[in-house]
Amino acid sequence: MKFPYSFPVTRAFCTYLGQTALLAGETFASIFAGRIRWRLVLNQVNEIGFGSQAVVIITGAFTGAVFTAQTFFQFSALNMSSAVGPVVSVSLCRELGPVLTAVMVAGRVGAAMSAEIGTMKVTEQIDALRALAVNPIDYLVVPRAVAMMISMPLLVGECLFFGILASYFVAVKLLNVGSVYFLHNMWSFTHGKDIVMAMSKAIVFALLIVFIGCQQGLTTRNGAVGVGRATTDAVVISSLCILIGNFFLTMALNIVFPTGGR
Amino acid sequence: MGDQNFIQVRDLRQTIGTQEILKGVNLDIPRGETVVLLGQSGGGKSVFLRHLIGLMRPLSGSIKIEGEEIARLSERSLEPVRRKIGMLFQDGALFDSMTVFDNIAFPLRERGERNEKVIRDKVARSLELVSLQGQEKKMPVNLSGGMRKRASLARAIISEPACILYDEPTAGLDPIVSDTINRLIRRLQTHLKVTSVVVTHDMISTNFVADHVALLREGRIHFTGTLSALHSSTDPVIRDFIEGRSHEID
Repeated sequence: MKFPYSFPVTRAFCTYLGQTALLAGETFASIFAGRIRWRLVLNQVNEIGFGSQAVVIITGAFTGAVFTAQTFFQFSALNMSSAVGPVVSVSLCRELGPVLTAVMVAGRVGAAMSAEIGTMKVTEQIDALRALAVNPIDYLVVPRAVAMMISMPLLVGECLFFGILASYFVAVKLLNVGSVYFLHNMWSFTHGKDIVMAMSKAIVFALLIVFIGCQQGLTTRNGAVGVGRATTDAVVISSLCILIGNFFLTMALNIVFPTGGR
Repeated sequence: MGDQNFIQVRDLRQTIGTQEILKGVNLDIPRGETVVLLGQSGGGKSVFLRHLIGLMRPLSGSIKIEGEEIARLSERSLEPVRRKIGMLFQDGALFDSMTVFDNIAFPLRERGERNEKVIRDKVARSLELVSLQGQEKKMPVNLSGGMRKRASLARAIISEPACILYDEPTAGLDPIVSDTINRLIRRLQTHLKVTSVVVTHDMISTNFVADHVALLREGRIHFTGTLSALHSSTDPVIRDFIEGRSHEID
């Protein structure tokens, strides 16, 4: 890319990063200052947490099921079919559970956040909030951030539970893996630190979704077209950030919680 | 003179993109009076109004509300100033996820009022002032343009501000609803003794509500004075505006 073109792109990228970082900073400052509207947090937990359950359960269950089947087909040739349980369980905890839940929530909740806040922006409702001496970050972003930090670990936990349940059903009931072997090996190789890793990722992904979604909404311009663009960008950017961030998180968390051992 | 002015604006400049919208606006808004800011569409009237409540920050210049400089206050420091001022947005800007009642009660709840009876009474009084009784349970999307503006005005006045800013209060309304809004602005001034700034290009509205008039032209205040001074002016720019002449040849 030639310099005259690359420079504005770099500047736009740095501006976007700066704005998102400032939004995150202001949100945490408000949270630590206790400016939390708990009634709005509960509404958001209902919207994000309860509303996303079906999506997360279906995602977790079918990912667990298909991953179990594929693992079984490969491992049974090596007479290692009893290793299906731990492989699926550890993979779900460390990678698939948090990442797939986050991508699904980004599609559902991140898009909704961006569309709702974006519509408020282009119809002057955010200016009305400011004119009424209500800080839009306190009113719109803080409740969503707190609700996401509460909901995402629970949703990831739910995804893991139904993923492992589906895995057990496929392995034991459909593919005739011994139930005792499946459960014993799974318990032996799945550790508390795998769950902690899943929850750590859940919190980080929750914050990525909420700040990217809200940032897109708060900077929406140009009416309905702008709202559409902000919504699409929120989903695309947060999904990419989840996938890219997951690599760096895995590398960093693997130092703190190394695979294997107790 | 300084103490008599609720708002004092000096050398206010603003650009949007590459266009200089305000090129050094100077204007005093006397306490308890209604000042109408006239000007052509797209001439920067709404931009000017948004500066008075801190929704836009000037490129340079000074804006004083009751003697307090607000041009460089942070968003949080502006909150006490904004509590003194109510604003009627051009399209109402009602919160579309709330009923009319919740919209109007919003400022009270946000300022810590928890007594539902007090809230109900104040909402009822505000609705009565804007002649919108019985519409509390409706969602904003189910209101007409005039009703939305009146509901928005009820929300702006519920916490009894010292000043109300009106952004094109009669734009897009039929003459009868416009007359209702004009009478409402007058009634609020009489009942609540508020300072009002009305941005409009509607001369009928101006004649009805104005104590003082200012004409914004090419980013500067071209004229300030009383309504009668405006009408007796022989300045061709003012005459053209009052009489609606464009000088374009067919």
